[in-house]
Amino acid sequence: MKKITIACGNGGVENNDLIEKVFYKHFQNDILQKNEDSAVIHDGSLVFSTDSFTVSPIFFEGGDIGKLSICGTCNDIAMMGAAPMYVSCAVIIEEGFDMKELDIIVSSMKKELDINGAKVVCGDTKVVPKGAADKIFINTSAVGSVLKSGISSNKISKDDIVLINRDIGCHGATIFTAREGMNMGGDLQSDCASLWPQVQALIDGGINITAMRDATRGGVAASLNEWAKQSKVGIVVDESSIPIKDEVKGVCELLGFEATNLANEGTFILAIKAKDEQKAIKILKRFEKNRYATKIANITQEHIGKVVIESSYGTKRYLDMPSGELLPRIC
Amino acid sequence: MQLKNLYDDFRDGKTIKAYADIIKNDAKKLSKTINIMEVCGGHTHTIMKYGLPQLMPESINFVHGPGCPVCIMPKERIDHAYHLSLLDDVILVTLGDMIKVPGSRGSLQDARSSGADVRFMYSPMECLTIAKQHPNKKIIYFAIGFETTTPMTASLLEATIKQDIKNIFFHINHVTVPEAMKLLIDSDDSRIDAFLGPAHVSVITGSKIYDIFPKKYNTPVVVAGFEPVDMIQAISMIVKQFVEHRCELEVEYKRLVNFDGNIVAQEKVKKYLTPAKQFRWRGLGDIPNSALELRDEYARYDATKIYKDILPNEPIDDHKLCLCGDILKGVASPPDCSIFGTACKPTTPIGSCMVSSEGACAAYYKYGEGL
Repeated sequence: MKKITIACGNGGVENNDLIEKVFYKHFQNDILQKNEDSAVIHDGSLVFSTDSFTVSPIFFEGGDIGKLSICGTCNDIAMMGAAPMYVSCAVIIEEGFDMKELDIIVSSMKKELDINGAKVVCGDTKVVPKGAADKIFINTSAVGSVLKSGISSNKISKDDIVLINRDIGCHGATIFTAREGMNMGGDLQSDCASLWPQVQALIDGGINITAMRDATRGGVAASLNEWAKQSKVGIVVDESSIPIKDEVKGVCELLGFEATNLANEGTFILAIKAKDEQKAIKILKRFEKNRYATKIANITQEHIGKVVIESSYGTKRYLDMPSGELLPRIC
Repeated sequence: MQLKNLYDDFRDGKTIKAYADIIKNDAKKLSKTINIMEVCGGHTHTIMKYGLPQLMPESINFVHGPGCPVCIMPKERIDHAYHLSLLDDVILVTLGDMIKVPGSRGSLQDARSSGADVRFMYSPMECLTIAKQHPNKKIIYFAIGFETTTPMTASLLEATIKQDIKNIFFHINHVTVPEAMKLLIDSDDSRIDAFLGPAHVSVITGSKIYDIFPKKYNTPVVVAGFEPVDMIQAISMIVKQFVEHRCELEVEYKRLVNFDGNIVAQEKVKKYLTPAKQFRWRGLGDIPNSALELRDEYARYDATKIYKDILPNEPIDDHKLCLCGDILKGVASPPDCSIFGTACKPTTPIGSCMVSSEGACAAYYKYGEGL
């Protein structure tokens, strides 16, 4: 009999397969089918999203599971051009968990909620016997109010270009080095951050945003591939334009990863009208971590549904959807 | 030299372009097409990932070799791993490449989701820690790889003996490069004009193991590193040999490879392992003396002997539509296969060349050669 494997939770090919064959099969409806970062509900005035967090280790350079649990869900709301408002918080705690650590985790949640201007309005706590969960798992859901309507991953066209707000792969690389006990030196830390302030600045600046996606599990490669399929376009990436820190490149070299497949928690791609390129980059660069904000790709009508990467020496190849067993429990 | 120099300088676009121009110029002087086999799967991956065929003139053709240790593993041996991992008192330890390779019953990933204790490690030495943590379990190290990874297995066995650890056992699947190269060049339909010699294998063995190819088989060998600048430089060295009517063994990967190789590692391997009579290579069939096994005096550590009564040994052939055998010989290319990209994909591989990212079919599928 077929069993669930770790690869089924990779944010890539196997994960999407599981969602389609089991969850979509039973839950199919017009809202779910749009496959956006958040569900657009209530005549388009609200968005709604949920995410669960199982990261190991629960404390890492640049954040902890609490901060991550707010960033992750609120970022999905922000990616739809909506301000996060109301958040739920459900916690599953393993017997024996340290009370002080729990307090630190919840206080980082609160700090991140303030950045988003959101509040937790309902919640649930469960404690399970030792071994039935690993330390602590958190689920958050959020409702947001749409400030700019019409943002959708299904509407990208050849008039758009793709920007990225910062350098990629920091979260995945940080979690892996923490778990393997590797010390890479330098200042490698997770990019875990709330994206709403950046999105709000883009909206306030009048940028014509077609779509946004935070490149979490499966990394930039998964997000671009999802866009190519959903919008039925080809995406051509300029390889040398993708910003990657030396520390992240080093981790990839040592362990055989591709930075484009590594998870991010505060990095997003945005499809905007080409004429807004410089203006949008200027706005993004106002934010401390966004020094390397840049254009990374064009949209074409060739290679429909595929992402093609072009090298500086003129060769082309596919940047495909990640598959197989990527690093589990990164978020 | 820093790590950064390795990945930035050896992937430098301007350098790659400059070598491509040299090759194009030299190739004008060639009288025929040259078929270059990259023996190693790591090279296949680099060729496809960096789109090197797109930079080559028509007279240079790549033939993708059998040097992916996971791809050439016959299904019945994967079944051994699957079988052993499901035993109650066993923790099966292996390298990450083995995770999704399907045998006839399933992959190790499937075994793990059925409750087997399977662990994927970067270093085999981690078996020592696992063995101490689980004194009541048998730790079976499923050893795979060419000459590159063999010394690690020998080191693990040495440490196991020195530390008097009683619960580590070995299932050896180490194969060796030269015999497969000879078989390929000897086969009637061989189209190989030159070899790109493996990088990491040669660090251990030295380039001496290829000495026979220019001398006896009239086939040049250039040992190349894994970065695109390494490879394109090595290709230009091969083309120059043809233009200048030379047939030699050369080393491009001089920063790590010399003629004699790592003698300490070679001695260690020799102490614990000995050539096996033959090994069945998936896609190529039985090749005499092409693999290693534990020496008789270490039989008490040999999982293939301890569990011989319960391990299946019937050869299991690949699907009859699969062209992997022909692809490995260079007489077919992945898109020639009728099931390539349809029934046979990286998530559901049917043939050997699709099971690992180092296999030719998987690399073609992933990077879409011929865009």
